[in-house]
Amino acid sequence: MFENYKNLWVFVETEENVAKPVGYELLNPGRRLADKMGQKLIAVVVAGDASKVAQDCLNYGADEVITVEGDEYFEYSSDAYAHALHTLVDKYLPSVILIGATNNGRDLGPRLACELKTGLTADCTGLEYDEETQNMVWTRPAFGGNLMAMIMCPHTRPQLGTCRPGVFKRPEFKEGTEGTIIKEDIHMDPAQIRTKIRERVKEVAELVNLEEADIIVAGGRACGGPAPYQEGGVIYELAEALGATVGASRAAVDAGWIAHAHQVGQTGKTVGPRVYVACGISGAIQHLAGITGAETVIAINKDPEAPIFGRATYGVVGDMFKVIPEWLKIINANK
Amino acid sequence: MRILVCVKQVPDTTEIKIDPVKNTLIREGVPSIVNTFDAYALEIAARIKDADPENTTITLLSMGPDQAKAALTECLSVGGDTAYLCSDRKFGGSDTLATSYILSEAIKQIERKDGKFDVIFCGKQAIDGDTGQVGPEIGAHLDLPVLTYVTEASIDGDEVVVKRESDQGYDIISAKLPALVTVNKTAFEPRYATLKSKRAAKKKEINVITFADMESIDEAKCGLKGSPTNVKKTYTPNRTYNCTMIEDEDPKVEATKLADLLKEAKVL
Repeated sequence: MFENYKNLWVFVETEENVAKPVGYELLNPGRRLADKMGQKLIAVVVAGDASKVAQDCLNYGADEVITVEGDEYFEYSSDAYAHALHTLVDKYLPSVILIGATNNGRDLGPRLACELKTGLTADCTGLEYDEETQNMVWTRPAFGGNLMAMIMCPHTRPQLGTCRPGVFKRPEFKEGTEGTIIKEDIHMDPAQIRTKIRERVKEVAELVNLEEADIIVAGGRACGGPAPYQEGGVIYELAEALGATVGASRAAVDAGWIAHAHQVGQTGKTVGPRVYVACGISGAIQHLAGITGAETVIAINKDPEAPIFGRATYGVVGDMFKVIPEWLKIINANK
Repeated sequence: MRILVCVKQVPDTTEIKIDPVKNTLIREGVPSIVNTFDAYALEIAARIKDADPENTTITLLSMGPDQAKAALTECLSVGGDTAYLCSDRKFGGSDTLATSYILSEAIKQIERKDGKFDVIFCGKQAIDGDTGQVGPEIGAHLDLPVLTYVTEASIDGDEVVVKRESDQGYDIISAKLPALVTVNKTAFEPRYATLKSKRAAKKKEINVITFADMESIDEAKCGLKGSPTNVKKTYTPNRTYNCTMIEDEDPKVEATKLADLLKEAKVL
């Protein structure tokens, strides 16, 4: 039915010529699915200068890379990016396109899906290919993480999905991998871009990169104030000792104890660290929805009935202000 | 200035419980609310109206069953002037593409009657479906510039100027009107209704738009038929992990046990 539509594309989003991590992460499930489809894994890079990112996509295992370069793509705009992608889709007819569910990815996806009159599944956390019907099976959380839905797009192509950062691990990186890079010459007159960036404000001194973190130490309501997140506080010191990134629950962010950039959960970041230490976090379903990708979860909470223990690998029933200092002594003694 | 705000009535997902035996959602008794992000969108619109109340009107549009009128009435009490509910059995089972198509046709219909909108505000996503796709797709159907994940917006001459979240801070972006804006959680809380505004809102009629009312709508693009995606299956996520519990009166003993277990499992 769709024999003209071939290959799985991963849109590797860039901003100021630097790739967003989720693009590389998606090359991992992309590889597995393309192999199952018996087709090629192709990375698509739209940027001011795509050369470095294109080579990295090959190094991460893409069979081919298609690049679109121009000054109009240095910063994201829905108009220019949708134009580039739409033109590429018309020319190459891909079967599947995976897009990272960043703000820009979730801006681009619906625009593209609407123009192509095809289906888009938002914020996927699970990706499968059904060999029998030759359809993608997209799994995504809904109802604030209370429900998982499996979605198919059987009657139109390409099948589009945005996928959450932090859920999939980056594939192995092999320096200097050779492969085909196809440069497509697609442009948009800047005057036709209907949105104009008047000003870019970079207010975060250091980028809080929770999605890429190997270890996260997160604090919740039991922190009781901003002090635990500051130097000398238990969350801060534990994160320092473990070389971890600091996270927080919505309760802590809403209370104003720590910036929103640190928030983990349905309305914050989705993370997939090797180790997640939840300190004084009860484990609301919205928070758990953000840590589905975590390998080992260590929970410290006074309440033995806290739902976080249902998701944890190790659960310590106790006061974080007493347990963490003792744990810190042991960590520091073994250094 | 003619402003349209799209709103959805949703179950309060923070109140949803899971049946521990059947492992299914308990939907009964869950209160219906105006989608949180739509309330922020309406507040942004209301603030634009505050700046020039004589020359600004706020129209509300929702799609859903008759019960959704309650959400529209609530919005009328906090800044809305006129409300439309788009409702028809033919719309049932619509995915995001079909929903956005129907809403875009409803907008065209209202515009034929009352004149063009200068700016359309939507919440960034609904807290039940969580897709965030309907807003940008309405923009694409209507061929409007779309600004997403916005936390502040103002009108500057013939342009809308917004603050949009970025990874490292924010961008100030502008677009010529008409434009569509989707709104994230704002720094300010939506205003409350007063007794007086509630009473006034209750007196206002909700205009219902059905399939038959829309002049240019194509039935093939509505409902299940018009939906490229379909839900194959739903399930409640697995929450059974084998947690090794550590419980002792002495935090030092607990910390030691934890450190030993982590070392043994080569976690840390």
